[in-house]
Amino acid sequence: MSDATQRALAAVDHDGRSRLLATLTRQFGDLDLAEDALQDALAQALVSWPESGVPRSPVAWLTTTARRKALDVVRRDAVLATKLARLRDEASRAPNPSGGEEAVPDDRLGMFFACTHPVLRPEDRIALMLRFVGGLSTVEVAHALLTPTATVQQRIVRAKKRIRALGVPFTPPRTDDLPDRIDGVLRVVYLLFSEGFARSTGRAHVDDDLTAEAVRLARLLHRLLPTAETTGLLALLLLTQARRPARTTADGIPVPLADQDRSRWIGDLIVEGLALAESAAGSRGAGPYAIQASIAAVHAEARTADDTDWSQIAVLYRLLQDHDPGPVVRVGRAVAVGRAFGPHRGLDLLDALREEPALARYRPFHIARAITLAEVGDSDGAAAAYRRALELPGNTAEDDFLADALDEFGDRSPDS
Amino acid sequence: MKYALLLMGHVDDPACGEDGCAKPEDFFAFDQEITAAGVVVSSFALEDERVVVHTDDAGERVVASSGPFAEVQEFVGGGYIIDVDDVDEAIAWARRSPGSAAGGHVEIRPLAPY
Repeated sequence: MSDATQRALAAVDHDGRSRLLATLTRQFGDLDLAEDALQDALAQALVSWPESGVPRSPVAWLTTTARRKALDVVRRDAVLATKLARLRDEASRAPNPSGGEEAVPDDRLGMFFACTHPVLRPEDRIALMLRFVGGLSTVEVAHALLTPTATVQQRIVRAKKRIRALGVPFTPPRTDDLPDRIDGVLRVVYLLFSEGFARSTGRAHVDDDLTAEAVRLARLLHRLLPTAETTGLLALLLLTQARRPARTTADGIPVPLADQDRSRWIGDLIVEGLALAESAAGSRGAGPYAIQASIAAVHAEARTADDTDWSQIAVLYRLLQDHDPGPVVRVGRAVAVGRAFGPHRGLDLLDALREEPALARYRPFHIARAITLAEVGDSDGAAAAYRRALELPGNTAEDDFLADALDEFGDRSPDS
Repeated sequence: MKYALLLMGHVDDPACGEDGCAKPEDFFAFDQEITAAGVVVSSFALEDERVVVHTDDAGERVVASSGPFAEVQEFVGGGYIIDVDDVDEAIAWARRSPGSAAGGHVEIRPLAPY
């Protein structure tokens, strides 16, 4: 494979592929067919591009090729022949397939909503969306959901079968169905951002394409349905995104919030995020995202890490816990309580979570314990917690950070 | 895609007794509407579930016996086979049907392609 081909294909990796898949799925109304056709087109590119040169628009080339491959399959296969009748050319489609209402103005967002269809099982919807709309691998989906990979695989297979058998449409829902479906979509956009924000695998700590795409989708959702929660999600993502330049060193090693150079935070995003967070918190129906946006806003308003109003953050976490009693929220609350009222209280709350199975493999939990143990002077405990964090899967940039932290305790396992 | 809409009633549900349940006129009006929309492949209404005959493979031969069958709480009152683009349209028709009114519900089943 030539370098140019390799680079061009890498450039359409995560983001481009899921975009392509969304377009193809909308056109063919069949996820399996769209997926196969896209794989065929990518394989074809590996053969063709080194000879013909990389086309000016690789995505357009892949779309055309994948569509041709899919048509070949449909024509060849008698069972699929009926699908031919359902194929619709992009140009000939009414801009508004679901009737007089305003459609969601985005292929991928339309697919998001299709994947939140009420006929799909709730636990299958998110896995499906992260995999096919977010473009995450099954392993990454498993990490984002804190679920074993085999379970995620099963869910995806089951959901795909259901979509096919039931004839779930890959078109945006009618506007009056939007409010019912938005929660699931918000959650996926949030998880997409989280995965980009701290990668579960690979070399880099951050995937800027994923976070940028999540922000774009959040803006779109907010425009579509400006409720407290869509506003809150957008605010949360913007305020978090604003810290991006300070989050890693020049070498890509993550920098903890307390040590970040706050002058490098992106001022425009903070201003926009704070205004949105305030509006979300004051709106009816404010829920988990509006609260998390408020937490991010408290961090953003602190000039230095020491200025942070941790007791307010602890209160907000308690409110958040009412909405979402899950273990990850309780880790956040424990950290906030520790900062506000002393590390011993934080450690008590963290230790109370040690039996949570979902947290056993959750890196930030062990990192939080390590930091808190160090603060109460338990170096051995801190070193053990850092070691445990290092054993868990994560990106290598974070590994380096943890190894450095462990070094400080003069206690590094021999082969790490 | 083709879907079966099975209009279900419940024998014990008070809302589906002599009064309160959807009236026959409602069903006739719905039938006109869905037929006029051109999506109906076929449709049927069933006689009272008390005249049911039941067959059962008892090991040696298929037995036919007459009802009523007390253990059956739900019954199919009638149904449509419709041909629509996707499950959303099928759901929309099911919601409009008087079969979805108090005391009943509509089951939507895609027809298997064989």
